[in-house]
Amino acid sequence: MSIHWESLVKLRDLLRRGEVSSEELTRHFLNRITELDPKVKAYITITEEEALSQAREADQALKAGEEKPLLGVPLAIKDNICTKGIRTTCASKILENFVPIYDATVIERLRAAGAVILGKTNLDEFAMGSSTENSAFFPTHNPWDLSRVPGGSSGGSAAAVAAGLCAGSLGSDTGGSIRQPASFCGVVGLKPTYGRVSRYGLVAFASSLDQIGPLTRTVADTALLLKVIAGPDPKDSTCAPQEVQDYEKALEQDLKGLKVGVPKEYFGEGLAEEVKEAVEKALEVMKGLGLEVKEVSLPHSPYAIAAYYIIAPAEASSNLARYDGVKYGFRAEGKDLIDMYKKTRSQGFGPEVKRRIMIGTYALSAGYYDAYYKKASQVRTLIAQDFAKAFEQVDFVIGPVAPSPAFKIGERTDDPLKMYLSDIYTISVNLAGIVGLSLPCAFSEEGLPIGLQIMGPHFSEERVLALGHQFEKEVGLTDRHPEL
Amino acid sequence: MSISREEVLHVAHLARLEFSEEEVELFTTQLADILNYVAKLNELDTSQIEPTYHALQLSNVFRDDEVKPSYTVEEVLSNAPEKENGFFVVPKVIK
Repeated sequence: MSIHWESLVKLRDLLRRGEVSSEELTRHFLNRITELDPKVKAYITITEEEALSQAREADQALKAGEEKPLLGVPLAIKDNICTKGIRTTCASKILENFVPIYDATVIERLRAAGAVILGKTNLDEFAMGSSTENSAFFPTHNPWDLSRVPGGSSGGSAAAVAAGLCAGSLGSDTGGSIRQPASFCGVVGLKPTYGRVSRYGLVAFASSLDQIGPLTRTVADTALLLKVIAGPDPKDSTCAPQEVQDYEKALEQDLKGLKVGVPKEYFGEGLAEEVKEAVEKALEVMKGLGLEVKEVSLPHSPYAIAAYYIIAPAEASSNLARYDGVKYGFRAEGKDLIDMYKKTRSQGFGPEVKRRIMIGTYALSAGYYDAYYKKASQVRTLIAQDFAKAFEQVDFVIGPVAPSPAFKIGERTDDPLKMYLSDIYTISVNLAGIVGLSLPCAFSEEGLPIGLQIMGPHFSEERVLALGHQFEKEVGLTDRHPEL
Repeated sequence: MSISREEVLHVAHLARLEFSEEEVELFTTQLADILNYVAKLNELDTSQIEPTYHALQLSNVFRDDEVKPSYTVEEVLSNAPEKENGFFVVPKVIK
């Protein structure tokens, strides 16, 4: 098997045993990027020189017998995560030339763990979108079918992993932005518990929902990356104080007798037949693993998208007020200060970002706060309570990730509301702040990957990853890769 | 639920955005569609429900108050579109 398809865990071990050097591996990925990324367009910035110098440093450390968890492993980073000295654009014209003066906490931790950073990956502008078509620069293509979207907003990170253009990557998930592209690209993606991973240095979209997480080719790889990036951070007061577990070690734990809940609300109108069948088959696999499957109800699920599309834009409109053409980023000329603000923001932001700023500003404007933001936040409580009640009866909740496999580029760009509906099964997880793992469970008739979502209560990453890992071994899809 | 052209223009001003005639028309329709969709939240009686503004109930998160290395003025200004003598430059505010 070609080395670019090997799992991150395997690559780490090959590096440790000296069977491959980090420089060889890094060059191999860089060559593949040069050859194939013009088709996939996963990367916005490729940091060839920095990557090679990090790789050579890693090789020195490997020779000296150092055992850092990611020593010499080449990774890709979503371009809304700040990297010191490396352009961080958020796929927006307004930040096209922004070079952060500090590293996000997750980047500091990756560097300390010895990882090599290959480059920064494409996304929907400011992570607002479900297809990566809202990038101000170019759309990313799905490696399984280049005429289709990779999902979004972490579409570049998912496509890079699926196409063998990195060993693993980081994305961010506000309403499904890690899990939905993972599902569309046939890779593993985890949205950890809200607060499990520091958001310091993640360019803020909706602060009460945003969470960084890994995208990888196997569940064990996600466990390895999560352990490195998780844990309390004095620079993020919303980061949870709970101790980080050894997720890799917990993968083989005995899950027999645990209960899986299937929410009946997730199997209604709008779900593609082949996705439904794939999830039903996955539930049979769960039974084979010794788990008990039972129906549960999440009665407020039908309200999740409506609540989300008030809360997320409201927080975004406030967070994005900082782009005023003064401190950093693009500035347009104006006849006075207000005019400069307006021209800067109108020329710097793309249509979807403006749409969400408008929704959010409207929802927070005088006289409407109670009717919209407060109302949506009350519904958020109901959605969180639904999960809490379900988790009194079951250990996991399982369902689809997205209503269909990857759709065609251009198919949904005219209708924002239709695009929003593709997040129907992922959004509730962010509203409740719980764990959501997406992993491949089948392929469609057309050969497109279909994802399965395993949800668990706050801080249940160990168990969720263990179930994902044992399921993955059983279905054996990790050796299937797109032809490019 | 509908939103008027005037409301769209007012909200755009609050958000420090400006739009062409065509965009105003498109946004008026799209915002109305989205607001119509979210109006379904009113089907639920939430009068007795506390709002959730954060998924985890953390409070009083403290850290030690220690002096740590910070950034130089030069670094902080390094991304500014216009700067002068260690300051950000903005268009004249006082007439």
